[in-house]
Amino acid sequence: MNRREFFKKSSVAGLAAYSYFSFDSNFNILANSKTNTNDVYDLVAIKGGEPDSMFDAAIKSLGGMNNFVKKNQTVVIKPNIGWDTVPERAANTNPKLIGQIVKHCFNSGAKDVYVFDHTCDNWKNCYSTSGIEKEVKDAGGTMVPGNSESYYQAVEIPNGKRLKKTTVHELILESDVFINVPVLKDHGGARLSISMKNLMGVVWDRRYWHRNDLHQCIADYPTFRQPDLNVVDAYAVMKKNGPRGVSEADVVQLKSQIISRDIVAADAAATKLFGLDPIEIDYIANASKLNVGQMDLSKLKIDRIIL
Amino acid sequence: MNLAFLKNVRVIISIVFILSIALLFFDLSFSIQESFSEYPLFLQFIPSLLKYISLGTLAGTGFIFVLLLTLLFGRVYCSTICPLGVLQDIVSYLRRKIRKQYFSQTKPFTKTRYSILLIVILLFLFGTSLGLNLLDPYSNFGRITSNIFRPIIIGINNTASSVLENFNLYSISPLEFKGINIFSFIFSILFLSLIIWFSFSYGRLFCNSICPVGTFLGFLSKYSFFKIGIIESNCIECGDCETVCKSSCIESESKNIDFSRCVGCFNCFDICPSIGISYIPRYKNDKSDNHHSSKRNFFKNVGIFILGSQIILKAQEKIEIYKKNTVPVLRSSPVSPPGSISIENFTDNCTACHLCIASCPTQVLQPSFLEYGLLGIMQPRMDYKSGYCNFDCTICSDVCPSSAIISINQESKKTIQLGEVKFIKDNCVVYTQKTDCGACAEHCPTKAVKMELDVEVNLKAPITDEKICVGCGACEFACPTIPYKAIYVEGNVIHQIAEKPKEEKLEDVIDHKEEFPF
Repeated sequence: MNRREFFKKSSVAGLAAYSYFSFDSNFNILANSKTNTNDVYDLVAIKGGEPDSMFDAAIKSLGGMNNFVKKNQTVVIKPNIGWDTVPERAANTNPKLIGQIVKHCFNSGAKDVYVFDHTCDNWKNCYSTSGIEKEVKDAGGTMVPGNSESYYQAVEIPNGKRLKKTTVHELILESDVFINVPVLKDHGGARLSISMKNLMGVVWDRRYWHRNDLHQCIADYPTFRQPDLNVVDAYAVMKKNGPRGVSEADVVQLKSQIISRDIVAADAAATKLFGLDPIEIDYIANASKLNVGQMDLSKLKIDRIIL
Repeated sequence: MNLAFLKNVRVIISIVFILSIALLFFDLSFSIQESFSEYPLFLQFIPSLLKYISLGTLAGTGFIFVLLLTLLFGRVYCSTICPLGVLQDIVSYLRRKIRKQYFSQTKPFTKTRYSILLIVILLFLFGTSLGLNLLDPYSNFGRITSNIFRPIIIGINNTASSVLENFNLYSISPLEFKGINIFSFIFSILFLSLIIWFSFSYGRLFCNSICPVGTFLGFLSKYSFFKIGIIESNCIECGDCETVCKSSCIESESKNIDFSRCVGCFNCFDICPSIGISYIPRYKNDKSDNHHSSKRNFFKNVGIFILGSQIILKAQEKIEIYKKNTVPVLRSSPVSPPGSISIENFTDNCTACHLCIASCPTQVLQPSFLEYGLLGIMQPRMDYKSGYCNFDCTICSDVCPSSAIISINQESKKTIQLGEVKFIKDNCVVYTQKTDCGACAEHCPTKAVKMELDVEVNLKAPITDEKICVGCGACEFACPTIPYKAIYVEGNVIHQIAEKPKEEKLEDVIDHKEEFPF
């Protein structure tokens, strides 16, 4: 199968997992939860449990993992594994949550489940210190390096305002299902790091984004390909000194989680959870303008679960 | 006594040493160096000597064993422990596979070798390890493996990885190759060529004309307790020993052996049909060599050399590391690795073996060119274009066989300040583009760089605090501006202790039963 085929397959299968229509070759179809009549809710917010049990309940509310992952599909999970820090520092996504998602994927019949991040610190250290590598392997998933430019393929982003082209990790282009699992945290440059910011870890050249209006580039990227599901880990939340943090003193235990197909909605809800207004976060507002998703939470059907 | 078996013993020991040392330089997983390096490197003469001179610790006593070994049996070090010596033997071995090689006794290069040794010693006494840096056999072996062979291994690894990747197999991960340092590469190529040429055509000529360790141990072996000599009663005068002597130190006709040049390979024991050559206790052997020629001459040469190097020393000025545009980054001091204490300690004790470079997981350590000055040529420096120093990592300090980088623990490393952060406002994206960035603050492990609102542009801009900066270079590496960085690390000539960042516990009391804020 060549890359073009993969590409086509991934946009089709990924954007509408249970639709067998053949879209035309415009790769820029925006996944929008509201077109998805099978879902009862657009967004699930849950709090008070452990990361894995909260995910169990939240995904059930969205119709179960079977709604996202079909038999024999390949899945790529993109956590935030940017830093060589321990789970208690909350600079990376909670490892238990990632392990649980991998299990759900296999239970739904996934053929392969890949997990990677283009880390900031040394990738091997990040993978092991974060605890994610162990959880993924224990669940039967595959950790894939994101440290080599050779994995990244050039793509065009016709609807981007500042980010017109970039190079993207091949797994994002080739996998049938893309699950984005960011951790909610403070961020020195982008104010907050959530779902859209986490996608900086699927491209090679991040410096370009930093040079060319960071907020706009973050908003531009999801016009290319959105994740099929966003799971925002807000169990332990770094409230200051983000995104790397200095010590555990930066972290509070919110014990929450937000999941949604809509990346903008997920970020908007997570922002409120953090204690800020989504309109303050430029990339959320920019993405809303590009119709990437819905930032007005009052327009969404939200399932609120308190365990 | 028939000691012919010693040849096989020598071959086995030499293979163990060269393989274990080469492995240190070839390991791409960065997993063995830290724990394993001390064993094969303990006995490397120059690094061990340097470690002992500056630290005086037990870990630096390997050279004493070598001295004792030499005083007992001569320069067996050169044929077993020294990886460069063994490399030459491998070349000779391969050559013999092509065409038989016959050696015959030659005159020693006494003047040359003692001049070189004296220059190296004097340079060292004058405070520079340049001579050792350029000529130490272990360090040259290290440079050859890390600058020439390691890139080849990386290439093979990455090719294998990309082949597997096509089948969605990710078991071999590619190693990002940060490029080669041209000078170190060319020097290593030239040195390797010289070694190959010499060993291909003249056996151990390098060891007996240039190598300062060889010359020193050779001098010492004149006083060895056991020496190799020809047993007249057994010798059948076939002359075979002379033809297999890589050091060309056996004169079979006069039954004379220049033991100062003998590298203890025992090929002569092996070939001798009549046990006519063997170790003989010193008091039995009166045949000593007689070269006392022209000591005056090399004093003159040394004088000229030292004067010349003083002039070159003075010619070093500030280093401009990036090309001109808005605000070039001018670093007045390079950054030396954590544990090196000061630029002076580092450059004095580093022999540029490049083991730390091969072991550095983030590849921030790269060979220098003239950043440390001519006398520090090829010594590793922190190159924040290639990477940045991992906050928790101490591998370079663990592997360094000399005392250039002294072993440090993880906790103390977190406050060692290699340099101080400097911010160039006029290069920063926040001011030039008027957009948010924060890449520097994002990467900073101590928040010595943080983003605070600057009302002038109504954006968050980097604010630096040198006191808590450890000089890891993460900010400089991450800074996206081109061609010059807007933030960089100014090296500390003497490493300082950084303050620990203040921790303020957040006073949030969270009610997990509270309704969602949306």
